[in-house]
Amino acid sequence: MIERIEQIGGEATEAIGRAASTAELEELRVRYLGRKAELTTILRRIAELPADQRGPVGKAGNEVRRSLESLIDSRARELDAAEIEAALSEEGVDVTLPGSPPHPVGHLHLVTRTRRRIEEIMVGLGYRILEGPEVEIDYYNFTALNHPAGHPARMEQDSFYVAPGSLTKKALESARAASAGAGDDGATPDDELVVLRTHTSPMQVRAMEAEGPPLFIAVPGKCYRRDTIDATHLPMFHQVEGLAVAEDITLADLQGTLREMLRGLFGPGREARMRPHFFPFTEPSVEFDVSCFRCDGTGRLPDGSRCGLCKGIGWIEVGGAGMVDPNVFGFVAANGYDPERIQGFAFGFGIERMAMLLHGLPDLRLFVENDVRVLEQFS
Amino acid sequence: MRVPVSWLREYCDPGWDSDRLAERLALTGTEVERVSHAGAPSSEGFVVGRVTGVGPHPDADRLSVCTVDTGDGERTIVCGAPNVAAGQLVPVALPGAVLPGDVKLKKAKLRGVESDGMILSESELELGEDSDGIAVIDQDIAGSSGEPARRRAGARLARPGPAHRARPGTPLAEVVAVSDDVLELEVTSNRADCLAIYGVAREVHAISEASLADPPWSEDAEAAGEGAAVDYASVTVEVPELCPRFTARVFTGVTVGPSPIWLKARLVAAGQRPINNVVDITNYVMLLTGQPLHAFDLAQVPDGALVVRTARPGERITTLDGVERSLESDTVLVCDREKASGIAGIMGGAASEVSERTSRVLLEVATWDGVNILRTSRRLGLRSEASARFEKQLHPALTMRAQRIASRLLIELCGAKLVPGTIDAGEEPDPIEVTLRVPRVGRLIGLEIDAETCAARLERLGFGVRRNGDEIRATVPPERASDVSREADLIEEVARLGNLDTELPSTLPATRERIGRLTREQLLRRDAEDALRGIGADEIVGWSLAAPDLPERLRLPAGDPRRELVELSNPLSVEHSVLRPLLLASLLDAARLNLARGAEHVVLFESGHAYLRDGDRAGGELGGSFSGGHPAPVYEPHRLAYLASGEPPQRWRGEPVPYDYFAAKAALEALLGRLGLASEVEAAEQPFLHPGRSARLLVEGAAVGWVGELHPLVARDWDLAGGAAFEVDLAPLIAAAPSGGEPYHDVTTFPAVYQDVAVVVPDDVAAARVREVVLEGGGELLRSAEVFDLYRGEQVGENSKSLALRLSFQAPDRTLTDEEVGERRAAITAALERIGGSLRE
Repeated sequence: MIERIEQIGGEATEAIGRAASTAELEELRVRYLGRKAELTTILRRIAELPADQRGPVGKAGNEVRRSLESLIDSRARELDAAEIEAALSEEGVDVTLPGSPPHPVGHLHLVTRTRRRIEEIMVGLGYRILEGPEVEIDYYNFTALNHPAGHPARMEQDSFYVAPGSLTKKALESARAASAGAGDDGATPDDELVVLRTHTSPMQVRAMEAEGPPLFIAVPGKCYRRDTIDATHLPMFHQVEGLAVAEDITLADLQGTLREMLRGLFGPGREARMRPHFFPFTEPSVEFDVSCFRCDGTGRLPDGSRCGLCKGIGWIEVGGAGMVDPNVFGFVAANGYDPERIQGFAFGFGIERMAMLLHGLPDLRLFVENDVRVLEQFS
Repeated sequence: MRVPVSWLREYCDPGWDSDRLAERLALTGTEVERVSHAGAPSSEGFVVGRVTGVGPHPDADRLSVCTVDTGDGERTIVCGAPNVAAGQLVPVALPGAVLPGDVKLKKAKLRGVESDGMILSESELELGEDSDGIAVIDQDIAGSSGEPARRRAGARLARPGPAHRARPGTPLAEVVAVSDDVLELEVTSNRADCLAIYGVAREVHAISEASLADPPWSEDAEAAGEGAAVDYASVTVEVPELCPRFTARVFTGVTVGPSPIWLKARLVAAGQRPINNVVDITNYVMLLTGQPLHAFDLAQVPDGALVVRTARPGERITTLDGVERSLESDTVLVCDREKASGIAGIMGGAASEVSERTSRVLLEVATWDGVNILRTSRRLGLRSEASARFEKQLHPALTMRAQRIASRLLIELCGAKLVPGTIDAGEEPDPIEVTLRVPRVGRLIGLEIDAETCAARLERLGFGVRRNGDEIRATVPPERASDVSREADLIEEVARLGNLDTELPSTLPATRERIGRLTREQLLRRDAEDALRGIGADEIVGWSLAAPDLPERLRLPAGDPRRELVELSNPLSVEHSVLRPLLLASLLDAARLNLARGAEHVVLFESGHAYLRDGDRAGGELGGSFSGGHPAPVYEPHRLAYLASGEPPQRWRGEPVPYDYFAAKAALEALLGRLGLASEVEAAEQPFLHPGRSARLLVEGAAVGWVGELHPLVARDWDLAGGAAFEVDLAPLIAAAPSGGEPYHDVTTFPAVYQDVAVVVPDDVAAARVREVVLEGGGELLRSAEVFDLYRGEQVGENSKSLALRLSFQAPDRTLTDEEVGERRAAITAALERIGGSLRE
């Protein structure tokens, strides 16, 4: 009997090894281990054997059965994997076709992208972000920024004015009241009372009216100047204003802040340089430069030629800044901005200018044309 | 302002090359636009020569063969100029010299005679257009006043008369700047003093500490004329507030002719065209001092009487540039008894111009009201070197400086006699004094500067300084009066001379009370923008400025508030003369541009302001309500708008999804979903949308925007075949958005029961209504009901439709039984009956 069991074991082992598919293997399982299989029958009838044979036969039978089960299982895993492999090899696709349905990815405008980057840098430096109206009253855009009526700087930045006829009576009266309250010698005429803001600086005064010092704000937004459109001028553009006011803010703090901001935008190695300048609402006033990020401030490219980006100077002009003029604080002195006690700095620069420098755009007009082939270059 | 470096060095020479000079000026507040070059590339090879003999050329009638002493011996030079004569001092270019225009001079045979150099004409020196004759160095017409007068003119007033110094062999550069760098300064509006060579020299002195020559006006001219100025002329100023000072001097015996070449060279290098010696002197003195002057031919002024008044109604004038101009009532004129002679401070008139016949000159040096000059010159579109200076408000003290220098030059160069006395209408205000508390410097700039250094810097800038410990009382020099009047101004002066670029530390504000963060509104605005970007839309930045026919093009009917545009009173063009009342216009413009440039489709959005005369300002900045004591003058809500247009992209499997109402609505739903808001719309028309395919968006019952397909006529107007769009106010969306504050619902503990149902309703019942009724019938246990299919056809009969909804029943505290769900279904069936609907089994 034991001989027969071993014979079945040998036969089955061979057959399992030969099985070419999971289906065939299943047949073998039924044939050798099924309810009607010979081995099963032998084991079922073991009680019918003589007592001395029961033990050895049962042992041998169960051993063979276990070994066959394990053989079938492992052979089944092999065959299953092979069959899946075979099926997969026939299911290949052209992986280079587009996704379906293609998941479209849109693009933020380069101005938005750059603005957000600047906002994040400023937030990191402890500033809040404020926005102001683009249509502004003369008082905030000029008067309270120390551009008295007739001041050359007021006319230098040629401004768009809003026709008084297209303002509500209330708006006109409020603008008149603001102008009159500023104690101008000659009241601003109605047709110069409301202006498309020429810079984001009007928010300096609005913000200081709204809350006392210390004040740390950044103001991004659209501005307008009456410039004819060309590669370097647009009548509509974007600026970011920064304002830091407390009792102990210094020009050195301005330089440090500009440096951090420029490093955030242009890379960790950058330096800020300030050159004295003139703005009516800051004193001292400066223009600020970033050390050229193409030639690393040397003015020369590795091959010894002159750097075209900074024109060999090593520095690129990026904006204007300065210590807030005491006259500006004078307009908000009642809100806690006593010019004898409070001091601060302000700075401003063009978002488009930064984006042009960062990405090498040659022409400002690209920002307002909105050609998708340009927009889609910046994800 | 063009500053010839050779001229500058005469007053202050720090020994720096032009680039270093430019850099230091730029870093202390005087921007240098560029350093350009005037004349020959180098002054090497240019010398003074004396013509010692002139003989005929053997083979050419027009040429002469000259012998010229050039210091190193005599050389033969062939010359074609008719005016060459023995004894003349002339500019000579030796072989090897490089002429302007990079032409290198060589020995050359001219019709057989070798010429060892070249005698130069003015045009070859780039000093003028006169190329007929050679430039003669000693042929100035100062002879009448004699050499002593010229000597008195002094070393720093002008080049000493060349004849005194120049000898054969003298480098030509010592007589006339043959090769000069020119600093092109961009002078800020507060620094009228830097629109003057001497002013820039003072600046260089202050920066470099190199010595500064005495002011060229320190010495006045000798008045050798007969009588007194008042015998020849009178001045009446009718508008002293617009003309704080008017000075006049009279000169007799003036000989008008060309200026000497040193003077021409300076004017040319500074960007002025030489005219005649009198006019050239006025320009020269203006460039030197910053104070403009004007010379009258006194014979052309009846009785020598000048009147300063404002223009009369309708008055017109022909200015020196030959243009007739109409004048406003605040235009100030300098007039004679009969007529206006010139526009004060801006441009003279032709009538009393100095000409070759002039022998008596009245020299006007006046101070005008800067604001008035600026206004007038802007209005007339007429800017001149004079107005560019006057508009920055000159100080009355500058007038006499200019009179003194000009008097000496008129005597020296025109043989004039100065008539004693200066007619002087107006007066000189007292100088102002400003106090500087030295510790304030360090406190403001973050770098201590001691009192001694502060005082020294101010002194170098021309301030009178009295020091008392840490307090400095500074007297402001007249040329700085319009810029410096407060302590802060003095701090700036002290700070800017302090090598900010190398000495100032970089620190960060120490103030601790500050927190940087984006507000909830700002974060959600970004989310909203990102949602549209996420579904494939490209953001544009559109023009806020639009054309006034926009309401017509958008078919806005009378009475629509969006017709009430905010208009500009001084637009650059009609196309940009109003502010857009909605963002859609910008998107339409961008769509048109892109499709015209070959794009097959565009999916665009914009995030920005619309501009309306008035509106309900709620929701902070996004709702047009900004910080500050005075409200914004117009209503500027922040909006998001979207437009898809063109041929939707063909894909390699599946059908293209058309840019129709549902495409725009899907985009809107993506936006709302990002903010955590449900999409609730109801059919509503917009004049620019398809009337049957448009809706308004509701948030908490209020309309906050629209969505729909473009009206075909509007689409056509923008050359579009069609398209779909939406535009929403951001403030109410963000106010209603639960985003960030959503409460938790338990949806995992007990299983949900899902059921798909088909609802048959009359055609005119909106899907949203069906859903609403189903939700109502389902009660609390029905967590959601979403429409996923629409069927019309035989099986539901005419005028009806079948909507398939997926229902999800769930309770937070138990597993629902079949019975419970069955009850809810029955309730739904009952509810549907009220709107004429039924559940299809």
